[in-house]
Amino acid sequence: MIGIIDYGVGNLFSLKSSLDYLGLESIVTNEEVVLKKADRIILPGVGAFKDAYDKLDKTGLIPMLDEMVKEGKPLLGICLGMQLLFDKSYEYGEYIGLGYISGDIIAMRDIINDELKVPHIGWNELQITDKSNPLIKYTNDGDFVYFVHSYMGHNCEEILVAHTEYGAMVPAVVSVGNVYGCQFHPEKSGEVGLKILKAFSEI
Amino acid sequence: MITKRIIPCLDVRNGRVVKGTNFKGVADVEDPVKLAKLYNKAGADELVFYDITASLEDRPLFTGILKEVAKEIFIPLTVGGSINTLNDFDRVLKAGADKVSVNSGAIKNPNLINEAAEKYGNQCVVLSVDVSRVNGEYHVFTKGGREDTGINALDWIVEGEKRGAGELVLNSIDTDGVKNGFDKEMLGVVAKLISIPIIASGGAGKMDDFVELFKIKGVDAGLAASIFHYKEIGVKELKMYLKAQGINIRV
Repeated sequence: MIGIIDYGVGNLFSLKSSLDYLGLESIVTNEEVVLKKADRIILPGVGAFKDAYDKLDKTGLIPMLDEMVKEGKPLLGICLGMQLLFDKSYEYGEYIGLGYISGDIIAMRDIINDELKVPHIGWNELQITDKSNPLIKYTNDGDFVYFVHSYMGHNCEEILVAHTEYGAMVPAVVSVGNVYGCQFHPEKSGEVGLKILKAFSEI
Repeated sequence: MITKRIIPCLDVRNGRVVKGTNFKGVADVEDPVKLAKLYNKAGADELVFYDITASLEDRPLFTGILKEVAKEIFIPLTVGGSINTLNDFDRVLKAGADKVSVNSGAIKNPNLINEAAEKYGNQCVVLSVDVSRVNGEYHVFTKGGREDTGINALDWIVEGEKRGAGELVLNSIDTDGVKNGFDKEMLGVVAKLISIPIIASGGAGKMDDFVELFKIKGVDAGLAASIFHYKEIGVKELKMYLKAQGINIRV
């Protein structure tokens, strides 16, 4: 069973529906006892970093997540959920994250030129750097996925699985051990996205 | 690099897609779920649903359709039509919408944009504006293009971005239904004023209209309804054509 952490940020309808569509059992909850029974966890999220971190903190689930990561239970962060996995973020200040993935979250505007719009909204191509990663075993170089974000991972070259080009190399998939992150929305990326969720269920 | 988006728009009335909203003929109808699946398969980059159901009694029917589509189609879905309050946002988001389009509801209460952007994020709030030229000025229209609000459209669009809209759908009433190309002049003017993505609507008649559209700097997407519904242009065929013309397109 896949546990989807419900901490009051974002719309989980599509994520739950896409797992249902794939025939994968999942539950949307913030209850620790339920999540502990799950064999893998998805941390979703949209909105601002600090607000989301605070909401996650309030659920009291962070120590459980720390423990799960230590045990090697597969964890997938999506969009802001991926950003929360990093050491820290510079979104409206400087805030610590969960620290499972080393690197920072920075404003895209700081490194890309004014010609490009921020947020980065739309379909962009994946360029795979670590083909052996199990999360992308069904994914091909050049597959399109759907992005919506204004901040991005930085100083995380060593753990990069795939990136996309948007005036800079934008981390798209990152992974350390059994912790995975997607900057894009697999649940909104058509067939390509469904295959990534399927691959996650098989890790 | 990010691709230009092709977005079919489905006007849903009483649970059916209205094919062509012109005044001449009887509106033909289609099952929205079937049509959404067809467009998804053809490679549509997003889908827009407008709830044009007049009576409130039919609302559950609309969200029911939305849920049915959202359970099987995993591309971004935008929903608009009679969005006046945060409760309306909540209702359609819970039924599977990813973005919510506001039009006259935001004109009546501009704070709706701020409140929704704060609660759901800018990416969730799409400002849709119906614009027509009046004495050399761009005016905002409501009620399906029948009522001139007298509001300067350029001012309203800039204000909408400032208030937190994450995208703009610009419907040109002047080119809508004419099928002689998008309103390049209007789009060019607006694109210079804002930095959020612009979805152009109104005027698509042939594939080259989209080629011309994407030459305008700052236009990110093209939206159309009847040309896709009547199969005058196939979504897949259009995308292949645009790609062959050197436009960055997801195929």
